[in-house]
Amino acid sequence: MIGINVLVAVCLTYVAFLFAIAFVAEKRARQGAGGWLRSPLVYTLSLSIYCTAWTFYGAVGYAVRSGLEFVTIYLGPTLVMIGWIWVVRKLVRIGRSQRITSIADMISSRYGKSNLLGVIVTLLAVIGTTPYIALQLQSVSLSFSVFSNDTPAMLNVRDLNATALYVAVGLALFTVLFGTRNLDVNERHHGVVTAIAVEAVVKLIALLAVGIFVVWGVAGGPADIVARIEASEIAELQLAGGRWATLIFLSAAAFLCLPRMFQVMVVENADERHIAVAAWAFPLYLFLMSLFVIPIAVVGLGVLPGANPDLYVLTVPLELGQGKLAMLSFLGGFSSATSMVIVAAIALSTMVSNHIVMPIWLSARRGGASMSGDVRNAVILSRRLSIAAILALGYAYFRFSGGGTALAAIGLISFAGVAQVLPALIGGLFWRGATRNGAAAGLVLGFAVWAYTLFLPSFGGSLLLPASVLQDGPWGVEWLRPQALFGVETLDPVVHAVFWSMTLNTVAFFAVSLMGFPAPLERLQGAQFVNVFDHSKSAPGMTRGAAEAEDLLIMSQRILGPAEAQAMFQRAAQRQGKAGYLPDTTPEFVETLERELAGSVGAATAHAMVGQITGGASVSVEDLMAVADETAQMLEYSSQLKAKSEELGRTARQLRDANEKLTALSIQKDAFLSQISHELRTPMTSIRAFSEILMADGPMSEADQKKFSTIIHDEAIRLTRLLDDLLDLSVLENGQVTLNWQETSLAAVLERAVSASASGRGERPLRIRRAPGAEDVALVTDPDRLAQVFINLIANARKYCDAALPELRIAVARRDGAVVVDFIDNGSGIPAPSQGVIFEKFARLTDQSRAGGAGLGLAICREIMDKLGGAIVYLPGQGGAAFRVSLPKAVAKAAE
Amino acid sequence: MTKRVLLIEDEPNIIQAISFILSRDGWRVDTHADGRTAVAEVARRNPDVVILDVQLPNRSGFDILQDLRADPGTQALPVLMLTARGQKRDREMAERYGASRFMTKPFANAEVLDAVRALVAP
Repeated sequence: MIGINVLVAVCLTYVAFLFAIAFVAEKRARQGAGGWLRSPLVYTLSLSIYCTAWTFYGAVGYAVRSGLEFVTIYLGPTLVMIGWIWVVRKLVRIGRSQRITSIADMISSRYGKSNLLGVIVTLLAVIGTTPYIALQLQSVSLSFSVFSNDTPAMLNVRDLNATALYVAVGLALFTVLFGTRNLDVNERHHGVVTAIAVEAVVKLIALLAVGIFVVWGVAGGPADIVARIEASEIAELQLAGGRWATLIFLSAAAFLCLPRMFQVMVVENADERHIAVAAWAFPLYLFLMSLFVIPIAVVGLGVLPGANPDLYVLTVPLELGQGKLAMLSFLGGFSSATSMVIVAAIALSTMVSNHIVMPIWLSARRGGASMSGDVRNAVILSRRLSIAAILALGYAYFRFSGGGTALAAIGLISFAGVAQVLPALIGGLFWRGATRNGAAAGLVLGFAVWAYTLFLPSFGGSLLLPASVLQDGPWGVEWLRPQALFGVETLDPVVHAVFWSMTLNTVAFFAVSLMGFPAPLERLQGAQFVNVFDHSKSAPGMTRGAAEAEDLLIMSQRILGPAEAQAMFQRAAQRQGKAGYLPDTTPEFVETLERELAGSVGAATAHAMVGQITGGASVSVEDLMAVADETAQMLEYSSQLKAKSEELGRTARQLRDANEKLTALSIQKDAFLSQISHELRTPMTSIRAFSEILMADGPMSEADQKKFSTIIHDEAIRLTRLLDDLLDLSVLENGQVTLNWQETSLAAVLERAVSASASGRGERPLRIRRAPGAEDVALVTDPDRLAQVFINLIANARKYCDAALPELRIAVARRDGAVVVDFIDNGSGIPAPSQGVIFEKFARLTDQSRAGGAGLGLAICREIMDKLGGAIVYLPGQGGAAFRVSLPKAVAKAAE
Repeated sequence: MTKRVLLIEDEPNIIQAISFILSRDGWRVDTHADGRTAVAEVARRNPDVVILDVQLPNRSGFDILQDLRADPGTQALPVLMLTARGQKRDREMAERYGASRFMTKPFANAEVLDAVRALVAP
């Protein structure tokens, strides 16, 4: 049995150990040593502050209440690290190139350095994080109380509130000491990060130890555990799809948006390459953290039925007499809680100080905005006060909420709150059209909906929101009920709140962004964020220092001349106690250098040039960099304009073409009647003239008589054919045609067409070449109509093919399951300009004498093929005139 | 002296019919079937009267008529226009461009004969 004195002693020793680690790490970092401090492993472990006491203790309780649903909390970040690693990389790159200090700074900076947005995000973060800090205080207090239950003598420690207060004060102290030691240019805190990495290891070992104990010590190994899981009530808990998806989304969003996660992931990132390792190592860490959750839950239910499942990790070893294991477990939970609170406090204090306190302080004392000594002190003081205030807020929330709510519930509320930043964040990363007003509208609306539907109702129907409002809606307006907005009643409260807040947030963000236009400053920042990979190098690692100095020297030599530049660098190195020409690129040195260079090239240029080399140095609007970017953007814009106008030109051209075609068609339509008239009157003229000749009793030879009557006969036939064609076309065009579908073969139809159009007496001979093998295709079609098309094509070749020895090749091929029949003659073909009109009515191209038809043949062919579900097109580039008749799959279905 | 007619027409059967009617009446009939070379053919043949179809290959009869009227040598040449389109607009155009006579196909043989005779009468 462990006495509370021992517990407190162990706790204090552990804290002292962390202090020592933080102190040493800080010292080594200042000396520029300790590369291991910035290893990918430390980075990955620092990300584990995602796993707070909620995860350490609460996951087991969560599993007892909802079965596997707790896994969602791990799945979200895992998916981000695996699938969205490029988003993380982009965030880190921007964070470094823009010297971002917090998520609020990120949003503010992206949207034209808008302090309004900074304030909104800061408030949102504070309100969203406060319950979470309270939660950590609660878990530490509860775990203390578990031990103190065994030692009733120590009554004062059993007082949860007092414990929480001590913890809060202790954490505030630690955070102030290591979080505000200096004003690092990049807001990095090596000491804190190292301590957190150690804590990450402790909590992992603790949880694994409890898990191993439960599986092999209590149960009889994995097989037994599986059997127990199947027998327990947890196995019967069903997953709700909507909740499942929502929670994964929520934890993924929170992973990117939580202020403390942003702090370790982006702000504290020492080297971009660490992300690659974290991409697999962090999911592995999460996996290990979640591995034993269900076994512990199941064993806990067996050993301690009815006890608070949120504390099984602690109470199960204790109940089974494993005092040392329980102590380790306690330290794990303690680590989880303290690391989260420390980082959250640092992140929030930076935001509160930079976006709320300092702007007020600076505007209160106008003029002296330079970073002189007293401003520096003011910043540090405001940070420290902010840390104290934030922990005080957390403690206050802990006291007011009564500490009764299940851990998971608070965690989810908090997640949903900070997730409101997501649209503005992601939109700002990828969409240059996103505007400050859009971001503000989305944030405010999403935040308000979140507060109304989730945060306020979480206090129960008494505090802040009367029970009547929860029940009947404000003023009795039903569709405004906080948990059934717009009458949506069936959703789980969390899903409901996330759905409405995120939807309205995103819609407002896009709608307002689209309505307005980004201001110049927003455009600049937007370009730098969205195209960050275009104009920033990969973030330098630790070894970069010397190279940086060398680059600076090279540049300075160009501007100041070699001798002067080298002398200046040597002096600086000497002042730093170094030999050679390469001083450390301390802020002081960079400042001096900028001043030196400014004398030659002007302050703005100097700042930009130095900034480009030192990578991190602030890139403000006045910088050439930004100017160059604006230019680049204008160029891009004008090239877009150019593309746009080219597109417009194309469209106009297409319209003109279409118009010409339409005009041509309409003229043709007009000409149609006079064409019909012409086509009918021409044969009638011959008939009338010759019959009058025959009727008159002038002198006439027998031969003439015979000849004239033949003409009359032929012209009568021509007239009839013309009328037939006209009727045929009209029937086809009006869709009144009845098709006689039959099974037949292509060879049979072709055979019929060829023999029907055999050369008659006095006609030009036309040789027809066929490929009988390929023609063996079964068809379901109207054989008469198809033959009509073929006959027409053969007749056209006979009439118009101008080769000395006219020849028509009929080729059959399968193409994509369709059958194509090509009719290609060896004449000179149809000139390209005419190819477009040959299928129009009366589009006869040559003179009457050779045509003998009315120019309706191809128009009829087109209509027929249309009705048969196929097509007929002119096939250019075949030498002679070439027509392709295609019969679609359905028509040629019997082919296979 | 035998009067000469130049028949500019592309329908073989109509050419044959008109040639037969006029020849039998004692005219010498030359024929030409292409629109593009028609004006040159008129100049070359220098006929007493021209029978001109409207719808010809390569060039419209109206265009040919305009050319003939623009040339001083053929300005007063009698031209009988024939058309199978027979619309009011065609008749108006023929008059505007200076056709001496305008007839719609099909025509009565006697009508053509009378018209040609009238056009060359002093």
